[in-house]
Amino acid sequence: MVVFSKNPVYSVLYLIITFFAIAGHYILLNAQFLAVVHVIVYAGAIMVLFLYVIMLLNLNQESEPHKSTLLKIAAVASSGLLLVVLVGSLRGVSQVVSKPGTEIGLVKNLGQVLFNEFLFPFEITSILLLAAMVGVVMVGKDEEHTKPNN
Amino acid sequence: MSYSLIITLIPILPLLGFLLIALNGKRLVRGFAALIACGSVFISFGFSLTLFIKLLNGAEPFQITLFNWISAGSFNATVGFLIDPLSSLMLLIITGVGFLIHVYSIGYMHDDEGFNRFFSYLNLFVFFMLLLVMGSNYLLMFVGWEGVGLCSYLLIGFWFKNQDYNDAANKAFIMNRIGDLGLIIGVILIFVHFGSVNYADVFPKADAVGTSILTLITILLFIGAMGKSAQIPLYTWLPDAMAGPTPVSALIHAATMVTAGVYMVARNNILYSLSPIAQELVLVVGLATALFAATIALAQNDIKKVLAYSTVSQLGLMFVALGVGAYASGIFHMATHAFFKALLFLGAGSVIHALHGEQDIRNMGGLRKHISITYLTFLIGVLAISGIPPFAGFFSKDEILANAFEQNQIAWGVAVVASLLTSFYMFRLLFLVFFGNERASEDKMHHIHESPKSITIPLMVLAGLSTVGGFMGVPEVMGGGNWVGKFLSPVFAKSAELKLEHHLEHSTELMLMGTIVVLTLVMIAIAYLRYVSKAHVPAVEGELTGIHKIVYHKYYVDEIYDALVVKPLYWFSKLFDIIIEKSGIDKVVNLAGEAVYDWSKIFRLMQNGSLGYYIFVIVIGVILIIAFSYTR
Amino acid sequence: MKNTLNRTIEMKIPIEYYIWLSTVLFTIGVLGVLFRRNAIIIFACIELMLNAVNLLMVAFSSYHNDANGQVFVFFIMAVAAAEVAVGLAILVMMYRNTKSVDINILNRLKG
Repeated sequence: MVVFSKNPVYSVLYLIITFFAIAGHYILLNAQFLAVVHVIVYAGAIMVLFLYVIMLLNLNQESEPHKSTLLKIAAVASSGLLLVVLVGSLRGVSQVVSKPGTEIGLVKNLGQVLFNEFLFPFEITSILLLAAMVGVVMVGKDEEHTKPNN
Repeated sequence: MSYSLIITLIPILPLLGFLLIALNGKRLVRGFAALIACGSVFISFGFSLTLFIKLLNGAEPFQITLFNWISAGSFNATVGFLIDPLSSLMLLIITGVGFLIHVYSIGYMHDDEGFNRFFSYLNLFVFFMLLLVMGSNYLLMFVGWEGVGLCSYLLIGFWFKNQDYNDAANKAFIMNRIGDLGLIIGVILIFVHFGSVNYADVFPKADAVGTSILTLITILLFIGAMGKSAQIPLYTWLPDAMAGPTPVSALIHAATMVTAGVYMVARNNILYSLSPIAQELVLVVGLATALFAATIALAQNDIKKVLAYSTVSQLGLMFVALGVGAYASGIFHMATHAFFKALLFLGAGSVIHALHGEQDIRNMGGLRKHISITYLTFLIGVLAISGIPPFAGFFSKDEILANAFEQNQIAWGVAVVASLLTSFYMFRLLFLVFFGNERASEDKMHHIHESPKSITIPLMVLAGLSTVGGFMGVPEVMGGGNWVGKFLSPVFAKSAELKLEHHLEHSTELMLMGTIVVLTLVMIAIAYLRYVSKAHVPAVEGELTGIHKIVYHKYYVDEIYDALVVKPLYWFSKLFDIIIEKSGIDKVVNLAGEAVYDWSKIFRLMQNGSLGYYIFVIVIGVILIIAFSYTR
Repeated sequence: MKNTLNRTIEMKIPIEYYIWLSTVLFTIGVLGVLFRRNAIIIFACIELMLNAVNLLMVAFSSYHNDANGQVFVFFIMAVAAAEVAVGLAILVMMYRNTKSVDINILNRLKG
């Protein structure tokens, strides 16, 4: 639905539904913290950003560009090929032994791991986010409207 | 001082002299450069004398190895020196006569702006020549061989601003190279059959190898000698090489470099004695050259050209000696020839210097009153070369002729004719230059003066040597002990065993000697009559006719070579240039370049800038990678 | 409530299903990237691909009882957020210059 819907807003909304579904899977997989974070970050922030931009650029169904049919068929064919190749290559990997479940997905345990072994990446990530913020502000500045008048 | 050190220093000192002067160039004060150059050769002379005396007192030949130079598979070559009677005699000649010529050059090249360069080249030449005679294996000798070829090129073309001189230098070098091809093939064959290039390994085993192989090897080696020692057919470079300064002509083309071929054949005497065919070849070539060059010298008018042809002729005589197996005689004549030929050349240089550059003998005459020292020394030189007793040339030439008579009377006859011609044209030269009317221009006669001491003292020393030098080889028939022959006999011992012993009776020998001396005096008288009494002056070129014209133009040999060899060679290379170079190789190279260009034009189309296309290609790539890595 | 949260959930679903699910999601994302011409939707499909990978990682982490998988997913999310922000900013900039978000028009990289 994300892929095929013509209106971009619809596309984004379908994507949000997909994210919620994935969050459900996370809970099933004993990763509760991640599920919540997933919802907050992805569905809450990123998709909202998408919607803002779409509405800023005022895209709607009529102005949506289309690809030629040949290219569409080529796209479908190649991604189908990719699917086949991936599935074929990942066939015989079912020797995973399921260990008894523990509570690694809980906030407390995850936090312990995060702050003990992965402290350095954690801090660096914050710098990364800072850099991204600064970058976005710089890139997004509207030169024509903010230039001082002569 | 240990002998190894002395032996090593002998060639190293001139090399150091060369480096010091060459690297400092014009910055060096002239006197200092001359001091370095002459000093290094003089010290080498002193060391050579020490070694010579040691050998004289019965020491074993010295053989030292400096270091292992090449070691490739089964091929080993060291840098080692062999000092035996033969090489020590050559050392004395090279360093002794070389030293005198160095001193001479101080005066002769005094006004030349390339003074320092000249001395650096001279030192380099002495270094290479020493390497040639001291080397204990063929490879080191070849290094010296090539090196002296190089130095002769540098020195002949010393006044490089004149293109004719450069051409002469090229000619010398190229003709040498033609001979060197034969030499190097000979050395390769030696290695193939003997397994080593050391003299010590080759000579004892010489009789184990078949005669045909030995003949081939010796002929090839002799081809090298033909080029270096200016025998027929590779002799035309030597007269043209007179383009260089006179000290160069004296050192290289009279005393040392051209004798390298003689040395090489003498060193390989055992090989030559075992291949009679090659010896015959040496004899024939030597005879032909001696006679041929002597006839050309009769008609030449440039003082240096006469001496050049005389050198070629005397070298032919030396090869005659080697060709009949009289190796010691050949070396003896080489030594005496070094003395009087250097003397003659230096004397000619003195004459040229006195007349401020005049070299045509038709414009000289009557100089004996003005430059008397030069005249006297020149006279001694001419007497020596003509074989008048008791001067040096008499003993050495006579020994060659006696040995030739023993083996082959026809050879003896031709050699006698050549010797008589020699005396004729040499005295012709003397009379035309120093006697008779003064044909030089007024201006030149006004400025004439005797040369400075640095020129005349070497002349006098050489004159002295030409006078007494013969006494080192007085033959038994005259009561002497033939000291040179005895000294060199260990080197030629094996060959002497192989040589068929004919012994001339003493009376025959004395009679031969006497006949030849008388005939020589007759030739001198004829020359005197023609050039002094009748005051005949050689004609101007345009007026020559008939045989005289042919001989004057050196039998047109140069022109024949030009038409037969040089022009076809140029034609060939033009052909190759057009066919292979332009159409072949250039095309291929250009094709490579153009192919890259065309292909890149095609590949450029991939960069069309559309993102969708790029992502598409990425996905295809991922598919391919995964597919290939999992289907392995 | 507390009990429910503390209770751990047993895994009954074999892991191949999760692998296939993730693969299918990824492929749908690829299809979307190739299929659409709107640059923003292409971004959204890229996010879909990232999520597919996240899912797979969490699945493996839970199967091996290894917390590393979840930590890595955490970081991926953070990076994805940053990347989206920057990407959209660039996109807005392009829109200002060319008045379109059609990727066929955004071909300034043409060589």
